[in-house]
Amino acid sequence: MLGLHELSAEEITHILDTAKGFEQISTRSVKKAPPLRGKVVVNLFFEDSTRTRNSFALAASRLSADVIEFTEKVSSVSKGETLLDTAKNLEAMGIDIVVIRHSAGGVPRLLSRNINACVVNAGDGFCEHPTQGLLDVYTIRKIKGTLEGLKIAIVGDIAHSRVARSDMWAMSKLGAEVIFVGPPTLIPGQVDKLPVKVSYCLDEVIEKVDVINMLRIQFERLGGNPFPSVREYSHYFGLTVERMKKAKPDILVMHPGPINRGLEMESEVADGSNSVILEQVKNGLAVRMAVLFLVNQAAAQGE
Amino acid sequence: MKVILDSRQIKRILEDLTGRIISGTSPELDIAVVGIRSRGEILAQRLSARLSEKLGKDVPCGTLDITLYRDDLNSPQGNDQPQVRTTEIGFDIDDKVIILVDDVLYTGRSARAAMDALIDLGRPKAIKLAVLVDRVGRELPIQADYAGYKTDVAPGKLVQVNLIESDGKDEVVIE
Repeated sequence: MLGLHELSAEEITHILDTAKGFEQISTRSVKKAPPLRGKVVVNLFFEDSTRTRNSFALAASRLSADVIEFTEKVSSVSKGETLLDTAKNLEAMGIDIVVIRHSAGGVPRLLSRNINACVVNAGDGFCEHPTQGLLDVYTIRKIKGTLEGLKIAIVGDIAHSRVARSDMWAMSKLGAEVIFVGPPTLIPGQVDKLPVKVSYCLDEVIEKVDVINMLRIQFERLGGNPFPSVREYSHYFGLTVERMKKAKPDILVMHPGPINRGLEMESEVADGSNSVILEQVKNGLAVRMAVLFLVNQAAAQGE
Repeated sequence: MKVILDSRQIKRILEDLTGRIISGTSPELDIAVVGIRSRGEILAQRLSARLSEKLGKDVPCGTLDITLYRDDLNSPQGNDQPQVRTTEIGFDIDDKVIILVDDVLYTGRSARAAMDALIDLGRPKAIKLAVLVDRVGRELPIQADYAGYKTDVAPGKLVQVNLIESDGKDEVVIE
């Protein structure tokens, strides 16, 4: 599972349908099922993470797999060991699935060409974050029934967002109209080649959309000064209680997390009745179980 | 293709199974029926309806998806990828006599998976297995408590149960 760009609508729907069957495992008393029993899943994370990492670890454990946590900061990468050496050394110990997050786009593909274990992309640079895209559309589908015909706004630092890209692929393939909203400095240059509309004004868009996904301003990735000040960004692009008054009453408010409260959205909105942010996290678990299950199945069939 | 049971015979077998389940279960115990997806589910619904009528009390019915408990996930026997579906059991299974229902009992592997799945959901008072067709060829030490029709069919052949709700008519054929 490297990205959503190369998947068809049927394949994405299959993953979502499979995820439905896994939801219960997290709510019942015995939170385990056996499909990945005896398999080893490695969380190979070269960037910080709360949700994704723990979600994958829990998903793997719920399927009875063993989990190894690799954190770059405390590994031999500090001694100069390369990515491929790290992966191959771990593989020599016998692993089945590698879940990788890296700051350079394309790393999951590179890894998949060089090791035998399955590779699942947990976020590569600005490129894709497929399980986030999947859990976002799963959340929308669960509440709205279908994405066909929905208008969805993705707001914020689109240029540096892998979440925006994965969302765009998943949502457009499932029939939704996607609108990127942000200051011109944070919208990618060749956006006209992508299946999206663009707007530089949140106020124009807010009344028309069924779903709004607020992206985090990623101070660690910005480099340079794409906007004059954080306050000005919030003024034009923040989701405030005032702006919410103009939105449809049943609009879904989403955010991949972590939230910069007061920046991308006001606390009242984040904790408000339209917010499905915690639902997203809950659904992330079922979606990741489905992805691990399907990836393992594909490997078993391929043998 | 050879038809071994027609719709009249199937109806008679289900009536017979209903009667045997009732006489085989102490009246003070709570019964519930759980069908193994996907045809077991349909048979379970029919059985629970008949049981409810005859006992004059509600016998709840649930559906079990055993895909996650299969023993062939890591060594697939064919080219089909099994589709994970939902398990829908809207009642507590603790302390109830659960009648597990499937269309055909053959190797016993589905029944084994179903029992493991059920045990992860609670602690039934007892699990009893009821099947429409009991086919010779067990690979595990598992037997049906209530078997409808017993048959011995050559290994390469398939015993296919068709039901109105899923296939348009009630009949059991050998292919």
